[in-house]
Parts: sequence; C-alpha cells; structure tokens
Amino acid sequence: MKTTGSNGWRVGRVLPRIPRVSVRTLLLYAALAGGAFLCCWPFFWMLSTSLETFQEAMAPGLSIWPASWHWENYVEAWRSSPFPRYFLNTFLVAGTVAVAVTTSAALAGYALVFLRFPGRRLAFLVSLGAMMVPFEAVFIPNFVLIARLGWYNTFAALIIPWCANGFSIFLMRQAFLGIPSDYYEAARLDGCGPARFLFRVALPLVRPTLSVTAVFAFLGSYNALLWPLVVTADGSRRVVQVGLTVFTTESGVQLHLLMCAATIVMLPSVLLFLLAQRAVSETMLATGVKG
Amino acid sequence: MKRDTVSRARITWQGTDTPLAGLLLSPALLLLFVFTYFPMFVAVRMSLYGGRRGPGPWVGLDNYREALTSPDFWMALRVTAYYVGGVVPASLALGFVIAYGLHRVGPGRALLRTCFFIPYITSTVAAAMVWRALFNPRFGVANQVLARLGLPAQRWLLESRGVLHLLSGGWIPDDWGPSLALCCVILFDIWHLSGFMVVVFLAALQSMPRELEEAARLDGAGSLTLATRIVLPAVRPTLLFLAVAGVCKTLQSFNSIYALTQGSAVLPETQSLIYYVYAQFYEFGYWGYGSAVAVMLTALIIVLTALQFRALDAGRHAP
Repeated sequence: MKTTGSNGWRVGRVLPRIPRVSVRTLLLYAALAGGAFLCCWPFFWMLSTSLETFQEAMAPGLSIWPASWHWENYVEAWRSSPFPRYFLNTFLVAGTVAVAVTTSAALAGYALVFLRFPGRRLAFLVSLGAMMVPFEAVFIPNFVLIARLGWYNTFAALIIPWCANGFSIFLMRQAFLGIPSDYYEAARLDGCGPARFLFRVALPLVRPTLSVTAVFAFLGSYNALLWPLVVTADGSRRVVQVGLTVFTTESGVQLHLLMCAATIVMLPSVLLFLLAQRAVSETMLATGVKG
Repeated sequence: MKRDTVSRARITWQGTDTPLAGLLLSPALLLLFVFTYFPMFVAVRMSLYGGRRGPGPWVGLDNYREALTSPDFWMALRVTAYYVGGVVPASLALGFVIAYGLHRVGPGRALLRTCFFIPYITSTVAAAMVWRALFNPRFGVANQVLARLGLPAQRWLLESRGVLHLLSGGWIPDDWGPSLALCCVILFDIWHLSGFMVVVFLAALQSMPRELEEAARLDGAGSLTLATRIVLPAVRPTLLFLAVAGVCKTLQSFNSIYALTQGSAVLPETQSLIYYVYAQFYEFGYWGYGSAVAVMLTALIIVLTALQFRALDAGRHAP
C-alpha cells in the first residue's frame, strides 16, 4: 500500500504532467459520456420498449435492451391511426413553409444589405422587430382572421401565416453582409444589374445559410403544436404533432405502440438535423449565434 | 449626421433601386404586417370587448380588472414564475458545465455534443410521450427507482400537492411552492432546453482566444479559478443572451405543458399563463378575456426582449 503510494508519487515527480493530465482527461471523458448516456437514456428506453410485447413493456425493469424484438409493432402502430395522412399533411405544410420562408427571407435580406432606397432603415426595423412579437400574442386575432377568410381547417391556414419571420430575415441578412464588397464592385463594373447579381453571385455564395434557414423553418413547422391545434378541426388536415396527442388519448396504455409512434414522429426531425448539422453549427458560429 | 451603423455602407448601382427593393421586400413585409403587426393591434382591441366566441359588447378595461382579481390568473402567473425560475437557471448552469467539459476534450467532441443536443431537436410532443410513460404512477420507471431506494411511490404528473409538502413529510402546507406535477414539467424542460444552451455556450467557448486560458494556467490558476474567474467572464455576453432568450422562450412555452398533461389531468397547478390563454380562448371561448391576458403576457415578453437587446449591446461594447 505504502510502496505503491510512494511509487506513484515518485513517478509523478519524474514525469510531472503526463500521467496527471491523462487521468483527468479520462475522468472528464467518463463524466461527459455518462452525462450523454443519461441524456439519451429516454430515447434508448423508448426504442427498447417500442420493440417489446405489451406485457414486456408493462413489466418493471430499467433495462434498455428489449426483452424481445417485435418489429411488427411499428406496422401495427402505423396502421392503428391515420399516420400516412398526418405525415402527408405535415410534409406538405412544413415543406411549403420551408421553401416560402427561405425565399421571402433571402429576397428581403438581399434588399436590406445591397439596395439603397428610401425607408430602408424602417424596413430593417420592421423586419427584425417581428422577432420581438411572440406568436402567443397574436394567435387569437389570427384565428379570427383565418375564420373570416374562410380558411378554417385548410392548408392555407396552416401555411400562409408562417411564410415569413424576422429570425430568417436576420439570418439571411447576416449571410449577405459576409459577401466581400469587392465582388459587388467587380460585378457592378462589369455591368451586372442588382437582380442578376442576386441570382448569379449572391445566392450561390450564401447556399449554406439558405439550407440552414430552410431546415429551421421546416423543423419549426414540423414541431408546431398550438397553431395546428387551433385551426384544424378533423383528421383530413391534422398534422403529425396533433395526431400524436390524439393517438396518446385514444390508444390508452398501449405503451409499446405509443413508443413506436413517438419514434416514428421523432425520426424525420432527427435525420434532417443530422444531415444539416455541419451547416447549422457553422452558420451559428458565423452569425454570432443569435439563435 | 449619424452614419448608418445597421448595415455596411455600400456602393450602389447607377439609378434607383427603389422599385426592385419594393418587389423584393414586399412578400416578407406584407406577411409580417398581416400576421404579426396588425394582429397585435387587433388583440389590444379585442381585449376591450366581452362576449363568447365572437364580438361582444364594449367592456373597457373590465377584462384586465377581472384577470387581476381572478385567483386562476394569479395561479397561472405563479406557475409561470416557478416554471421560468426553475428551468432557466438550471439549464444555464447545466449547459455551461457540459459545454466547458466538451470544450476541454479533443476527439469525440462532436459526437458528445450531438448526444446532448438531440433532446432539443426532437419534437416536444413525442419526447413528452416518453416522459409521461416514465412518470406513469402504475408502471413508470420513476416509481420503480423510488421502490428500489425503499421510498414510497408518487403520482408525479398527477400530483397537485407541493413538492416541499411531500419532501417535508407534510410539515409544510401543500400549497406552498411548486407542485410535484409542475416539477416534473420543469425537469422535462431542463432536459429539453439544456442541449441548446450547451451548443451556444460551446460555440462561444471555441471562439474565445486560446491565450487567455493558457496565460491563466501558466500563472498557476487552478481549474475552478480558471472556470469562474477567466472563462465565465469571457462568455458573459453569451450568458446574458441565453438567460434572457431562455426567459422569453420559457414564458412562451406551451407544447411541453400541453403534451405532458393533456388527456390525463390538466391541473391548475401546472397551467402556465400561455396555457391559461389557450384554455380561456379555445375551451371556454372567452376571446376578449383571453386577449387581455395575452396582451399582458406580451408586454412582459417585450420588456424582457428589450432587456435582451440591452444586454447584447452591453456585451458588444465590452473589450
């Protein structure tokens, strides 16, 4: 006991830094890995439970390894509620919103950075000021407006109010500000007009930010709950998130099927994020992270 | 004359850009006007009228008076305060500690960061379904853990009694402090929001000059001193930004409370202000009254967002 102690001490004296640092780093890794595991544990539990039979899912135990592998649970969950319809609606809504938000934000951001016109400062403040207005403040009047327009329970109600937002305009503006003014001057000397500069030079240069804006808009729409809850009345226009809450209520304690449904609903957003992760983190760094 | 500091000064094309600018800006500005700015004024106007599920008589400030004298409103305000006060500091602290850890490891950082970020990007409704199952009083994992520790089972999301009451063995009155149900919601959102904090903090730490840490370490600063005296002040603008952004985000949080509690029992002890607005509007049809509460909530959020911009500006002028 004493020898190992003094031995360890002597080694520590001879090699002052390396052993101590590596033990610390190892501990740090262990702590972080433990934290990451704990953080993801609910997902492991969800996956494991989704594959078990009803009895196994309800049986006590903290294991995250499925007692048996019943992939057919997913088929059963998929069929027990009109999920194909919900997903079709959701992808239609979120896809349209993503394209529309990116378009409106790119056009507005470009005008704010490159064009000179009266009221430019006002347009800037109006665009970004919209970020300060919380959706909750306006959802009741918006509901009344939608009802007056006869859009209740239509795709228009789910899509059109969401086709522009301050945050996306801000992101696009930051990206356009990053284009060196040399490009701009060179294009101008070559007789390139502002519209041509936008499509031929500026947009290709900000492609990463375009995709990040689209991803954020898609995820925001995909995960939205309050607005679809308020403006849709029945299954024909219901989106996945609302469908999932309905499924929770209807299916009672079919725990394994519930976990299948949760997995199915999480999958598209997680996949999309993993695909876009690099672009997202680069954009967050480049814009000074005003997310 | 003050130079335009908002956007970089640029050389423009010959002639006027005004028609093109109008064309490019009109989609965004039109949509923002119709669905964001105009409804704000409508909300204020609606809050001055009574009636259910439609326009009613003019009532002046009665809706506001009613809200401010309603115990339910104050309960919702208290729930919101507990919720914001619970989620934001905890996720900030957790986010900073994890980000600082990630900052100090080399390989594997990206993978670990993704693990911590995953809860934030998954749909709240789907993640809440999993947590509901974990907190289920009959078969949930939470009660299994308590049983292993030899502790009595709890009703978790269905428990309206205060967590202090339960911890003190009934010594503290049961309406003091947040309910156990609310604490479960708070725990869920700490889990959900921390990932966002981790990613933003980590970005700030990575952009911090390396020499800062190295110089401090050469001067013999220990790890704790380094973290609290050098690193934390360096990311102070980010911390301020996240604090106020977190407050605004949690003040508007609807999804987690709805998804964790709907269908089983929506206790008044877990209803935040925004949930209260939703219930008044959607379930009871009090459009004017709901608008009045929404206007007050908006005022609160706008004040806090203005503080956020102040904090950001203060950070920018710092060295």
